[in-house]
Amino acid sequence: MSTEQNGSGLSLFRAGSGGGRGPSAYALFNPPPVDKVAVEERAAALATRSIKKAAKVAGLKLAVSMMDLTTLEGKDTPGKVRQLCQKAMRPLDSDPSIGPCAAICVYPNLVPVAKATLAGSTVKVASVATAFPSGQSPLSIKLDDTRRAVELGADEIDMVIDRGAMLTGDYAKVFDEIAATKEACGAAHLKVILETGELGSYDVVRRASDLAIAAGADFIKTSTGKIQPAATLPVTLVMLEAIRDYYYASGRRIGMKPAGGVRTAKQSLQYLVLLRETLGDAWLTPDLFRFGASALLNDVLMQLEKERTGAYQASEDFSKD
Amino acid sequence: MGQITRSEKDSVEKRSSAALDFGAAWEYAPAPEATDHIRIDPKYELFIGGKWRAPRAGKYFQTISPSTEQVLAEVAEAGAEDVDDAVKAARQAYDNVWSKMRGAERAKYIFRISRAIQEKARELAIVESMDGGKPIKESRDVDVPLAAAHFFYHAGWADKLDYAFQGRPHRPLGVAGQIIPWNFPLLMAAWKIAPALACGNTVVLKPAETTPLTALLLAQIIEECELPPGVVNILTGAGATGAAIASHPDVDKIAFTGSTGVGKRIQKSIAGTTKRLTLELGGKAANIVFGDASLDQAVEGIVRGIYFNQGHVCCAGSRLLVEESVHDVIVRKLKDRMMTLRLGDPLDKNTDVGAINSKMQLGKIRELVEAGEQEGAERYSAPVKLPEKGYWFPPTFFTGAGQSCRIAREEIFGPVLTIMTFRTPDEAIEKANNTMYGLSAGIWTDKGSKIFHMATRLKAGVIWGNTYNKFDPSSPFGGYKESGFGREGGRQGLLAYTDVE
Amino acid sequence: MEGKKKTQEAERTSDRPSVTGDAPMTRGESRGKAKARLRVAKAYKMYVGGAFVRSESGRYFQVESAKGHADADADVVNVPRGSRKDVRDAVLAAKNALGGWEKRTPFNRGQILYRLAEVMESRRAELVESIARAGGALEDAEREVEAAIDRAVYYAGWADKVSGVVASHNPVSGPHFGFSLPEPMGVVCVLAPERPSLLGLLSTTLPVITGGNTCVALASAEDPRTAIVFSECLATSDLPGGVLNVLTGHADELAPVMAKHREVIAIDAWLVDADLRAKVQAEGADNVKRVKVRVPMDPDSWLDERRGQGLSWIERHLETKTVWHPMGV
Repeated sequence: MSTEQNGSGLSLFRAGSGGGRGPSAYALFNPPPVDKVAVEERAAALATRSIKKAAKVAGLKLAVSMMDLTTLEGKDTPGKVRQLCQKAMRPLDSDPSIGPCAAICVYPNLVPVAKATLAGSTVKVASVATAFPSGQSPLSIKLDDTRRAVELGADEIDMVIDRGAMLTGDYAKVFDEIAATKEACGAAHLKVILETGELGSYDVVRRASDLAIAAGADFIKTSTGKIQPAATLPVTLVMLEAIRDYYYASGRRIGMKPAGGVRTAKQSLQYLVLLRETLGDAWLTPDLFRFGASALLNDVLMQLEKERTGAYQASEDFSKD
Repeated sequence: MGQITRSEKDSVEKRSSAALDFGAAWEYAPAPEATDHIRIDPKYELFIGGKWRAPRAGKYFQTISPSTEQVLAEVAEAGAEDVDDAVKAARQAYDNVWSKMRGAERAKYIFRISRAIQEKARELAIVESMDGGKPIKESRDVDVPLAAAHFFYHAGWADKLDYAFQGRPHRPLGVAGQIIPWNFPLLMAAWKIAPALACGNTVVLKPAETTPLTALLLAQIIEECELPPGVVNILTGAGATGAAIASHPDVDKIAFTGSTGVGKRIQKSIAGTTKRLTLELGGKAANIVFGDASLDQAVEGIVRGIYFNQGHVCCAGSRLLVEESVHDVIVRKLKDRMMTLRLGDPLDKNTDVGAINSKMQLGKIRELVEAGEQEGAERYSAPVKLPEKGYWFPPTFFTGAGQSCRIAREEIFGPVLTIMTFRTPDEAIEKANNTMYGLSAGIWTDKGSKIFHMATRLKAGVIWGNTYNKFDPSSPFGGYKESGFGREGGRQGLLAYTDVE
Repeated sequence: MEGKKKTQEAERTSDRPSVTGDAPMTRGESRGKAKARLRVAKAYKMYVGGAFVRSESGRYFQVESAKGHADADADVVNVPRGSRKDVRDAVLAAKNALGGWEKRTPFNRGQILYRLAEVMESRRAELVESIARAGGALEDAEREVEAAIDRAVYYAGWADKVSGVVASHNPVSGPHFGFSLPEPMGVVCVLAPERPSLLGLLSTTLPVITGGNTCVALASAEDPRTAIVFSECLATSDLPGGVLNVLTGHADELAPVMAKHREVIAIDAWLVDADLRAKVQAEGADNVKRVKVRVPMDPDSWLDERRGQGLSWIERHLETKTVWHPMGV
């Protein structure tokens, strides 16, 4: 194993001489190791950045524009989804300059409702697919799930990886499923959920990130929101570093989506600081960074109003959708 | 399989062209620490025998803020007579009070100091940053909490010394003369005073002339903690004051932290006496990065190693030894990382790199950087805008330097890194040890057995494996070779203030 | 200046034509009972790098035997008068031996020191006689040799325990594992006390090498012969050459050279002369040497197990190395 490749972000796999399917067809590159303590230290240090005044307002507005407003519940209904869509298009009734959000994220069945409600707006419809959230179904079902969601109008697909395969070392299976899902997406953008809370270590997160990127992910995403811990600053940093190495190697920009657990305006600014100081200005756009959240938006709006008016806000003044 | 082909193709074609852009898309607003609650007196006297007293010769000097060049206060300059007064006070306190006091009682005084530092933590941090130029986030999160921790840790030893020396008979040394540097003014005072008091000695301490203020605030704290008069005496002054302390015949022990040159002079000056001596001197530490390391975390360690406290750190990782196979990727990552370093107002909470401590130090840094350029090494400095007032130097590194270059041999004591390559672990060890210094070293590799192999072969007192510039009162710190002798911190540090059979 | 001294000594010795360095004459005949064969007398040499050598300078000084103790030696023997260059060579030998010695397991170092005690025990009579030859009562010499052998055993037992006793786990505040270990300093010079010539030399040098350092010692000038007999014990005790080097000569000449030598990291000097002590301290500052100068203890103190030995004797020549590493997966 060559240390030369370490950190250069070159692809994880090379086709073997056999050309067939299965592990023998791949040569595996070691992803760079991740030092847990140092990553957490770096993330914690960046979290102490003090973002004030104009920078705070700009950051919070950016955060709103990066939000994938999400509802992924068994009790989701067209009514609920319509209300969420309204909120995404016009987050704050009193200030049209805020928003719109980047997307609505729903289950496939609710894609048509969202699509219809959002018609004419810039807000995208994202659908989870591939037997979300566990991913524990046959590949054919996952691919059908994906194709149906795209047919129903989804602009973006949030897939889950097979964590079981990841943890048993069957990286080829994980890779192939992502590659196949990407193909099934057609023109739709693919976000690959690693479900980092189930991967056990940053090393596996890094490996899964590299693998997802190599297999064709447009975005990599931390979590389904169904497992704790979901998004954290350090796990996001590890994934941003994978994106950075891939960019160094290829010149191609992959997007990042922390999802689950980002609830406060302050947290959203911490993520943006992490993003800005890891990947730089080019990533400060909804095209390359999203927040997967539901409760976050109102806290961001409250803080924006606080900055505008100078008064601390009451939660009842903001719509609950 | 299409993606595989694509990424490999991309990687070949675009590998060198992709660059990250750290521009002004989202600029942070200034976030200055509030200073309206800080009071700095216009003039400070000497703290001798529990009283604030004017220097006998009536001389004062100014201490300025290196980030603004504004005068912060006038500070007394202690002369030989003042030193004599202080040593007498310390001797009396030692003979009559401190050496007779039960360890448990001594402990409670030292605990008090620790608590008082915590109570006044923010004030101390702000004054530290004003007087010394270091970023508030470092004085707030590193210097001051560690200073409090040092007192707390050593307080607990005061009544447990019998356990520290394996049952060997032990006794305090007497009056300790302590001379400390300007890079961690309060923290170094804590490193010196806390173990001395815990072991039953009394103290005459001199802070550096460019950073006297927090030591004076510490004297106020000591006064408020009602320490018996004379147990701790704080004398401000410059080199002559330090020399007077070192040469005073009734001082039993000298503890000095500073440059190797001055350390040697002190060691020479006490020849013919029975004074005990510990020295914590300069360094030119190797920070060794192997190709199998967590490279992104290694880059953080490199930055922490050399740009922490503007590189005014005796154990700074000022020589980066990189396995040649990852040299280019490390340099690239380091450059990008340096783009995000924020240089400027030390009191801004987002400042990463503060002011150079003094005009004199800035001159030394400039001289060595010029030498590096003349020797043909390639210089890179982060493209930061330097403030007009004050003393500043941009985070800088050199590539293409050889072991024989001045920038690879001499301690720069500034934000200047010299990057060199190696091919094998043996070569890394040989280069790392090829220096008169031996204070610290860093090793970055994911392989555990390599860490231990390297750690046992590096001739340095502190080895950081996959981390850098970490300090703790329970962790002995000190050098090999010309980086000095004696340890500070931990059980081992108590030996510096105790006579053990 | 060195050359001048050499000439003076040579002149002094030339007044005694009956004794020369390489053609020792036995005094066996003087004991009355004529022997059938001529005894082979020993040429006393310094012990450097595992070999017995004369001074590169060719100089020597003379040591007389006390009355009644000349049976194995001449009345006056010639002992090498070590020079500046002999110090250089010995330090180089010690430096070259350092890597191998410090890498040996402490258990192995302990076994070698114990072997030294065994060898000394077997040459006990010779050591006793050598000390007595330099003056003093026979029973005192016996006591000294017994104490010296026991001291070798004492340090043999310390070798694999020092680290366990003085090392520490450092419970730092944070997700790091920290520990501090003792390590040898390097090449240490010892200026042994004049008396007791054997116990003093052994008490000052064995703790140095127990900790993994290598050592260059200047033996007692009053009784250098015993140091050389001791060196013969070293040579047959599995101790690698260069680990402990024994020079003979004059402290006022060699102590400043040792103090100034930049390869020497520490010096432990037992000197009567206050000016010389101060000189060693001052010269040592040039490379921040760990200098300890001391007024020699009285002979009884060396015999005292509390005063003449101990962990502090080892610890004095150890560095503390602190290691940090993060803990995380």
